[in-house]
Amino acid sequence: MKTTRTRRARSLLAVPALAAAVTLVLAGCGSRAGDSAEPTAAAESCIDTSGDTIKLGFLNSLTGGMAISEQTVSNVLHMAADEINADGGILGKQIEYVQEDGATDWPTFAEKTEKLLTQDCVAAIFGGWTSSSRKAVKPVVEENNGLFFYPVQYEGLESSPNIYYTGATTNQQIIPAMDYLAAQGVKTLFLAGSDYVFPRTANAIIKLYAAELGIEIVGEEYVPLDKDDWTTQVSKIVAADPDFVFNTINGSSNVGFIKAYYDAGLTPETTPIISVSIAEEEAPAMGHEVTGNYASWNYFQSLQTPNNPGFIERWKAYPDSSGVTSDPMEAAYISLYLYKALAEAAGSFDVDEINAAAAEGGITVDAPEGVVTLDGENHHISKPGNIGRINADNQFDIVWSSEGFIDPDPYLEGYDWFPADVRDALVAAAG
Amino acid sequence: MTKLKPWLPLIGIGVFAVLLLVVAPAVLSMHWINNLGKYCCWAIVAVGIGLAWGRGGMLVLGQGVFFGLGAYTMAMHLTLETAGPGSLPVFMILYDPSAPLPAFWEPFRSDAFTLVAIVLLPVIVASILGYALFKRRVKGAYFAILTQALAVALAVLISSTIRETGGDTGLSDFKYFFGFVLDDDANKIMVFMIAAALLIVCLLVVWQLGRSRFGELLIATRDAEERVRFLGYDPANIKLVAFVVAAVMASIAGAMFVPIVGIITPAEIGASASILMIAGVALGGRASLFGPALGAMAIGWGQSSLGSSWPSGWIYILGLVFILVTLFLPMGLSSLSGRAKSLVWRSRTAATAPAAASAPVLEEVKK
Repeated sequence: MKTTRTRRARSLLAVPALAAAVTLVLAGCGSRAGDSAEPTAAAESCIDTSGDTIKLGFLNSLTGGMAISEQTVSNVLHMAADEINADGGILGKQIEYVQEDGATDWPTFAEKTEKLLTQDCVAAIFGGWTSSSRKAVKPVVEENNGLFFYPVQYEGLESSPNIYYTGATTNQQIIPAMDYLAAQGVKTLFLAGSDYVFPRTANAIIKLYAAELGIEIVGEEYVPLDKDDWTTQVSKIVAADPDFVFNTINGSSNVGFIKAYYDAGLTPETTPIISVSIAEEEAPAMGHEVTGNYASWNYFQSLQTPNNPGFIERWKAYPDSSGVTSDPMEAAYISLYLYKALAEAAGSFDVDEINAAAAEGGITVDAPEGVVTLDGENHHISKPGNIGRINADNQFDIVWSSEGFIDPDPYLEGYDWFPADVRDALVAAAG
Repeated sequence: MTKLKPWLPLIGIGVFAVLLLVVAPAVLSMHWINNLGKYCCWAIVAVGIGLAWGRGGMLVLGQGVFFGLGAYTMAMHLTLETAGPGSLPVFMILYDPSAPLPAFWEPFRSDAFTLVAIVLLPVIVASILGYALFKRRVKGAYFAILTQALAVALAVLISSTIRETGGDTGLSDFKYFFGFVLDDDANKIMVFMIAAALLIVCLLVVWQLGRSRFGELLIATRDAEERVRFLGYDPANIKLVAFVVAAVMASIAGAMFVPIVGIITPAEIGASASILMIAGVALGGRASLFGPALGAMAIGWGQSSLGSSWPSGWIYILGLVFILVTLFLPMGLSSLSGRAKSLVWRSRTAATAPAAASAPVLEEVKK
């Protein structure tokens, strides 16, 4: 600098250096061994079972882009809790729930999970929707040895001692859908999905199975979850002229896709869509009639089972009801009853004892979709496979049903077209 | 008393350090230590913004870019450390098991490279960006919009490259932090202490810069850039230094955010996240030393506690507070005491000497 003013001495520059040194010292002393050591025991559970209530946590996005779907899950969880409480509670204890907002933000899901487990000391957490939210919750429940009940169909290839999955894994939804398409004589397929874990993984599996079935994949397009302009991608569908479109788009992005699809002159007669995320709840919200398109689910409102009429009736009468029942909300309803069954089989709210009861097998829930059985090893449940076609009332006419219930196979061990080395790598990474 | 005055900020930093490094770990539960660690990260970004915006007059609306550089540098390293040598991160196996590790991931296996990159990457990016902008005399709203656009661009880039970066789902499930098991309370406290100590260091740096000749030049540039130019200094260089220092602070904050929160997604670095970083600074008082840090921590605390009680109401509360502060306290909450003092002074002088028209209110910033 040009001026030559004299200034105070700058010995104080030593202060930052000193603070840095303190940091290094701290880094040294707060340590614990590295890679070779066993991960230390998880924090002691603080679940309080002394009173006549038991605390459970509900974690759903009540704000943000996924609120439209997750609010219903939250409401049906409240209904299930009310029902169980009216029926005497779990192990004689009334459910006291703590509702938290995941805000469609994955780090928030992680933070709230930690809060529910360590501050509120809940015995189990129910909720989540996107696979991203589940992936955010997973390390936290594992670290704190908590329980998380996840109610939405997903991409499989995962299992955790701390998570129970009451939605479908791939062999209960996507593989039946592919079998159905093959039986219909479909030769060419176009894949359209949102750009995140579920569609990417689901499509990786679809491509492997399509090769096995002799179905040609003529295109694969992704659009981010929060974007809904599908015009460019749909023009590629028009150009490719596939027999069917496999839709793994999630949330309100579907509205943009459906609009672009009809704007481009595509119809269910020429190029039908089969979806894995459009249910009774979403179909009327598409902004365009979607009659004639297909969806693959396990539960439909139109399902003829002994428990379904009562379930629909109770839901319609519930104050926060959306008026229709759908697969993810039914799976959420199951999740609370599954927890009740597990706690009662274990005779305890302790996580390890509940997992032990699950491992012994024979846990069933008499659900609206039928009697589902828990697989104590992989923590998924058996489910019926169903394909429905949307009718003019935005309900589904069931066009195909699996023979009996399909046992969950998250790692696709029963399918030799799935590469064994990938399965091994994923199982190894899961620990 | 007057002799003590220049040292008051230093004493304040000392008290703050004792509170964070000694009191907090002793009295808080693990849950709140973790949360406080997260607030410290936001506070570090805020201290940098305080320097660039409060003292330098550059409205940096896109600090998410530098926060993201640091966060993803750290997250990539921790992901690789968790996967183990020679293994792919789980999300890459899911999408395409046959693809090799992208080449740009490879260097992040190294501890040393990661640590250097956390500091050097923002220096390089901010230098190029700052040089191009300040030499062309881009300022005001144009500068703000440009930085904001970059934050959006980086978030979109990460979202759309799911195979390479984890996309919208982000990177999570870190087991180790430079060899330390993260699932261990002692190590969590250590990580918190590092973040808190870094915050203290950043405060010291800004305090030291503020009392240096550079600090005076920076404020002069903010208030009268042309005059500084006429005096023979290049304002572009002065602004560049402040901009780069703020960028490095944001990057360090991002890097510490990752082991503390355990997940990083593009949503944490995009437009709304960047605006939230600014909001804390505006709330606390952008030109003061402690205002930005305390404001950012207050917003972080509000988000986790009020956000729990009123999920949909919290954002309105924040909006309301923000409007009230901008309307009535444009220099943030830290200007409250100054205002109160001048009011007292005014009423006293008004009583004794009605002739004195108005007290000399210390305006730190013109706009």
